[in-house]
Amino acid sequence: MKSWTENEIRALLEEIKDPEVPVLSVVDLGIVRKIEPVDESWQITITPTYSGCPAMRTIEQEIEKMCGENNISVLPIKTVLSPAWTTDWISEKGRNNLRDYGIAPPENEVDKSALFAKPTIIPCPKCGSKNTKMVSEFGSTACKAHYQCHDCLEPFDYFKCLK
Amino acid sequence: MTQNEALFQYVTRIGDNSLILGQRLSEWCGHGPILEEDIALTNTALDLIGQATSLLKYAGEIEGKGRNEDQMAFLRYEHEYFNCLLLELPNTDYAYTLARQFLFDHFNYFMYEELLNSEDRQLAAIAEKSLKEVTYHRRRSSEWLIRLGDGTQESHDRIQFAINDIWEYTGELFEADEVDQMMFEAGIGVNLAKIKTAWHKNVSEVMDAATLTKPQEDFMQLGGKKGVHTEYMGYILAEMQYMQRAYPNCEW
Repeated sequence: MKSWTENEIRALLEEIKDPEVPVLSVVDLGIVRKIEPVDESWQITITPTYSGCPAMRTIEQEIEKMCGENNISVLPIKTVLSPAWTTDWISEKGRNNLRDYGIAPPENEVDKSALFAKPTIIPCPKCGSKNTKMVSEFGSTACKAHYQCHDCLEPFDYFKCLK
Repeated sequence: MTQNEALFQYVTRIGDNSLILGQRLSEWCGHGPILEEDIALTNTALDLIGQATSLLKYAGEIEGKGRNEDQMAFLRYEHEYFNCLLLELPNTDYAYTLARQFLFDHFNYFMYEELLNSEDRQLAAIAEKSLKEVTYHRRRSSEWLIRLGDGTQESHDRIQFAINDIWEYTGELFEADEVDQMMFEAGIGVNLAKIKTAWHKNVSEVMDAATLTKPQEDFMQLGGKKGVHTEYMGYILAEMQYMQRAYPNCEW
């Protein structure tokens, strides 16, 4: 039986996409926190994006299925809450994929101190215009907000910045 | 009461607050006044039910009788739920729904902020995760409060009426009993008096900006934290538990 390395397993996980954002692998999303050998098996640790994210269960099952198909002996997937996931953990490749797919990637600002902070300017993923406005604080999933571009008129999702 | 019993009760209360409000908000699914609000309310419900999942799972572990989060959520009787009464009040209309959300979000925010420093590491981890979501909820409901309060005469009157009407349910949030006291002294739970001060200050600021008048402190309704609920609770549970009661152990 083949013996696996951490990097090989990570490469396999690159193939598993977030079911709600299919251009983002679970590795690019930053939710795979640890891949470590435990005795004769591997322990994979993940962290949820949002507490109620319905994709987490599917992602767990996909990881287990992938390991099964490749004869990797894996312990039940472990979920940790702390440190809490942040959009800073989305890789550069993941950000580019999001933009190409039509979802504006998270901007690196979030003002937690002020209650009514000025809205962050989100460039349109289609035409790059900064003349956009928030339509709703929630979009098609909990991790996104809904925007519209005033120049090309395209409605688009924004992957909210979470820190 | 042992420390472990108090911790079970304490975590269950926080979990039940999230669960029952999440259930209430989910009733708006398909009924929101506009599509964006329908989505926003149900996403908030999703966050709350997610938080309840973590909390009730942990409560089951503390109890040590093998109950998982689903059994905690769906197979308890009314007097075994310990959420504050505020969270089980009916949605009524959009003004009532937002008034309840606004008053609770500010409490929830300060509670989780304090829980970050809890001696109980799992509770602190849940707080760290939840605080990010609740920060967003609080901003949203506060902005809505200002939009409605400082909006038209109609919207102003209706949100003011809703706040006045449910105000008597806010006192329970800060009512410390034996469980709260034990948890606070153990460095696990929050100082409710401190949160009350922060809550009043912040709620006043937003209500001022919304041109609304904060009601006077008066008689407050209590009971939920001890499992004594309003007449609405049974109906919530009947709807929530129907599937598990009718078809035990059914899975989605």
